[in-house]
Amino acid sequence: MAEKTVKLKIKRQTGPNTESHWDEFEIPWKPGMNVISAMMDIAANPVTKDGKQTTPIAYDSNCLEEICGSCAMLINGKAKMACSALVDHFEQPITVEPLSKFPIVRDLAVDRSVLFENLKKVKAWVPVDGTYDLGSGPRITPQQQEQSYPLSNCISCTICMEVCPQFNEGTGFVGAATISQVALFNDHPTGAVLKEERLHALMGDGGIHECGFAQNCVESCPKEIPLTRSISRVAGQVMIQSIKDIFSS
Amino acid sequence: MANPKIIVVGGGLAGLSAVIKIAEAGGDVDLFSIVPVKRSHSVCAQGGINAAKNLKGEGDTTAQHLDDTVYGGDFLGNQTPIKEMCDAAPAIIDLLDRMGVPFNRTPEGLLDFRRFGGTLYHRTAFAGATTGQQLLYALDEQVRRYESEGRVTKYEHWEFLSAVLDSNRVCRGICAMNLRTMEVRTFECDALIVATGGIGAIFGKSTNSVVCTGSAQSALYQQGAYYANGEFIQVHPTSIPGEDKLRLMSESARGEGGRVWVPKQKHDKRDPRTIPDSDRFYFLEEWYPKYGNLVPRDVATRAIHKIVYENDLGIDGQPMVYLDLTHIDRHTLDRKLEGILEIYEKFVGDDPRVHPMKIFPGMHYTMGGLWIDFNQATSIPGVFAAGECEYQYHGANRLGANSLVSCIFGGFVAGPEAVKYAKGLQKSPAGSNGHFDAEKKRQEEINSRLISSDGTENPFRLWRELGDTMTRNVTVLRYNKSLQETDTKIVELLERFRKINLSDKGAWANTSFIFSRQLYNMLQLARVITQGAARRDESRGAHYKPDFPERDDAKFLKTTKAYFAPDADEPRFEWEAVDTSIIKPRPRRYDMAK
Repeated sequence: MAEKTVKLKIKRQTGPNTESHWDEFEIPWKPGMNVISAMMDIAANPVTKDGKQTTPIAYDSNCLEEICGSCAMLINGKAKMACSALVDHFEQPITVEPLSKFPIVRDLAVDRSVLFENLKKVKAWVPVDGTYDLGSGPRITPQQQEQSYPLSNCISCTICMEVCPQFNEGTGFVGAATISQVALFNDHPTGAVLKEERLHALMGDGGIHECGFAQNCVESCPKEIPLTRSISRVAGQVMIQSIKDIFSS
Repeated sequence: MANPKIIVVGGGLAGLSAVIKIAEAGGDVDLFSIVPVKRSHSVCAQGGINAAKNLKGEGDTTAQHLDDTVYGGDFLGNQTPIKEMCDAAPAIIDLLDRMGVPFNRTPEGLLDFRRFGGTLYHRTAFAGATTGQQLLYALDEQVRRYESEGRVTKYEHWEFLSAVLDSNRVCRGICAMNLRTMEVRTFECDALIVATGGIGAIFGKSTNSVVCTGSAQSALYQQGAYYANGEFIQVHPTSIPGEDKLRLMSESARGEGGRVWVPKQKHDKRDPRTIPDSDRFYFLEEWYPKYGNLVPRDVATRAIHKIVYENDLGIDGQPMVYLDLTHIDRHTLDRKLEGILEIYEKFVGDDPRVHPMKIFPGMHYTMGGLWIDFNQATSIPGVFAAGECEYQYHGANRLGANSLVSCIFGGFVAGPEAVKYAKGLQKSPAGSNGHFDAEKKRQEEINSRLISSDGTENPFRLWRELGDTMTRNVTVLRYNKSLQETDTKIVELLERFRKINLSDKGAWANTSFIFSRQLYNMLQLARVITQGAARRDESRGAHYKPDFPERDDAKFLKTTKAYFAPDADEPRFEWEAVDTSIIKPRPRRYDMAK
């Protein structure tokens, strides 16, 4: 009996400004294998299915536990974390492509720094007075904690942005991850001091009104964060804020 | 004078803690990281962070936290800095709470605490089962705030190659490589803080992240920094074996009542759910009635090894035991452990709420690291270290949930100490600015040698051989003969490294090239770990030699200090006395109250 194998078809590109091409691989199957471990095996023996020597595949990865948010890519056309993509769950050949809405660095590695820039714009932090000992924080009910905790689980993988039809150069939409962080920090008793500034940052071009409620974000989020609920809540806050703005101007 | 300019390498909890303190003190920081800092390995910490807040009416004190930590570390830790850490821990928790970490709460709205290994107190604050992630994000957010104010400049996707040392061997800057353009550049600073985390990759598969290679520590060691207690490697008792890595199953699973067992009958083929209690061997509870499933990690790891390899009681004859949560109700599990249960479900495919988990020990943490003094200063003037990359707080074995507090505490000390050092720094000796060019040239030569090397060795395969050897011979059980063989094997791998052939010769985002540079440093550091283990003929904490099963304070109540001998291209060793000024060493036992 022939040994069980895994077939992969990987989209490659040597740099940001070069043409892309596909390389096909067929490697020995191992139990519990995921897309990252398959690419590790390719690195140890970088030969294509046709026996052609090639280079190890470039991709971002770090924790391999779906918590660092590094290894988002398109697997059989869907945006997924490669570390938790068990090969047994996918039809073969498994196609692997870089996320399509971010500048390509090389092969499957893309530049997602836009998310971190967006987090700066909405001041996604609690502005503490200092790190010296000022006693304990505000009391928070278990119910409040249970509302905040899921939002705080966002791993910045940018999958919600990749799958969003509104996230493109035309709209400049900030995307669901950033809006959900606004919801998180506006809820916090101390974080709320910046609520107005955060809401203003979400008005105007690329702001929250660009959301078309396609719901793709919430369906694709690997952490199952209630993103559309965050968007609705923040949209409500933005609306109230704009009314306040009219009366205070 | 101008603001002190500090470089921090590494953006996990320790690095970010240092950055925040420096920015707050008015210093300017350049922050270097291989990955965007929010993706650092600290995100993987699951269970919690220790502080003797005594919110459960148990009479817990920071003195008791100190005693548990020193005792858990088998008296190898320096007690003065450990005491400072334990005393500072409650205020660190308060600060994190103020920064918005979504810690679990009691009905009254106070912080909730759980039990962890090696203590009888509820001392561990936690945010679900993703405490490290939540803590890292809180610090990342504060750093982003300073970044937007212009106090911090991030260099993400840059790799530290070496320190730039002047003619007096004082640190004046760093040499780093851009991981996309592959540009090698030097950067000036008044002081350097390395916070580059663990070394898991030296053991091939571990619970660590891909970036935890120890490359930066090794580079500094090769430049003259002492490396201390390298032989103390923590093997976590409960990890999930995998093809690409060993995924951690947090100690909090046992902290919340998880029980470790095997079927009493060898190679029992029954579905574990159908095996009645009378046919189960809860070996930790039986052997250690006082601490039960919450004995320290080294004790649990050796017990599992004994069950599997000596008693042949592994599940179905395989090297695995059950970690069972199925007796706990689903709602409690979801509220307190959801994150880690999801990991098991996602990567194994079984629901641990229904099926007992199958686990086995896996390399997890290094207690050893760069030698530092009580102010986090390494032996190279101007270079400080904090977090897992240094050796200060855990002695011969780290207690669960002490790593997060040691990272943050270490960063909080290193930051201000670096600023203080920078303010008192004398200018570089006249006419000696050439050391920047010289260091850059040295690094570029290493690069060109590597890229033009046209041998036959694949770096990833060399790495697998290193990992297999280290895991087999330098983890749970150590014999001098196999340690000697391991060192010989590493020397062979270093030899073969010269005949490396990079299948990728590209000059853009060349990951195999970058990995090969790290691999060389891993090999050098692996010798420190292996030879350190060979020299320590005793058993202490995580270091266990069946031929020397007792702790030997007369000979080995000492810190191992390794330094690099460039001419011989190998480590040399010294011993240093341990600070036992607070608690007199006593035997460490977990089968009874201490």
